[in-house]
Amino acid sequence: MSFIEFISQPWHWSISGAMIVLVMYLLIYFGQKFGVSSSFEAICSIGGAGRKIKYFNVDWRRQDWLLTFLVGSIIGGGIASTLLASPEPVTISEATVNDLLAIGVIVPQVEKTAGVGFIPLELFNFESLLTIKGIILMVGGGFLIGFGTRWAGGCTSGHAISGLANLQLPSLVAVIGFFIGGLIVTHFLLPIILSL
Amino acid sequence: MRLIRFLLIGVLFGIIMTKSEAISWFRIQEMFRFQSFHMYGIIGVAVVLGAVMIYFLKKNKSQNLIGDQITFTPKANTYKASIFGGTLFGLGWAMTGACPGPLYTLVGHGYLVILVIIASALIGTLVYGALRDKLPH
Repeated sequence: MSFIEFISQPWHWSISGAMIVLVMYLLIYFGQKFGVSSSFEAICSIGGAGRKIKYFNVDWRRQDWLLTFLVGSIIGGGIASTLLASPEPVTISEATVNDLLAIGVIVPQVEKTAGVGFIPLELFNFESLLTIKGIILMVGGGFLIGFGTRWAGGCTSGHAISGLANLQLPSLVAVIGFFIGGLIVTHFLLPIILSL
Repeated sequence: MRLIRFLLIGVLFGIIMTKSEAISWFRIQEMFRFQSFHMYGIIGVAVVLGAVMIYFLKKNKSQNLIGDQITFTPKANTYKASIFGGTLFGLGWAMTGACPGPLYTLVGHGYLVILVIIASALIGTLVYGALRDKLPH
């Protein structure tokens, strides 16, 4: 097995977790911090939102490193999906497969034409933007991500990883919130949204 | 040139997000259904190793590249913002199956419809900025 084949397999969670800490260390060593959702603010500032809303009246150039990092992550996604693509779709637990099939989601490990298992292709596409469930999931979901992360002051990277690793109580409270929201959607709202 | 290093760290991050499968909507569903340890393992290892790293960086008064001592800014004690904002983000995370990092990575995979989610997140950010003074923090 070549090196490329070796790293093209899905990574064990312990390797993935350790690699995230490597990224966090590199960002800290180069004078920055690990937190992705601040980029939303920076992009709004670049777009000129600071002229109307004081919150965005900041020097976005201080975030140029973050925007560059994210351009890199897009390139990294491109590399990973081509040169380092896994031979098999994402394999999730049998219990989740059954739960998702029960609410009408096509699961790639069962239906090979449904993609590689990163997004549910039948739900997330441009045509489904014309459906109610598509609008709720993509437009509504996106809005909540922007509004929620800025209100909470961080997302998975800034609160759940950087914040918890630095023993920040506000981050623990935020992560509890992430789960309250996530559990409400997964167990109560998603079956309703998908039936629309 | 200063920015090149951040570009390269970003490339690494995009690869990690993909190979860890943290960008998978299906993995996030599995996490919120408590049916696999996978996502908890990733975040758990990152938090524990990260905590050890931060402990030693502080203890050794480590310096960054330009020779300044590494410091960590505490998160603001705005607990209402944490719980309300956090819950709203959690709703969005489970709907889209992606948090902000994976959203960008997924665009690199060629899923251009994700740009709609990012655009919507920017609108959410704008609305938060406009309403900020009226919201509890």
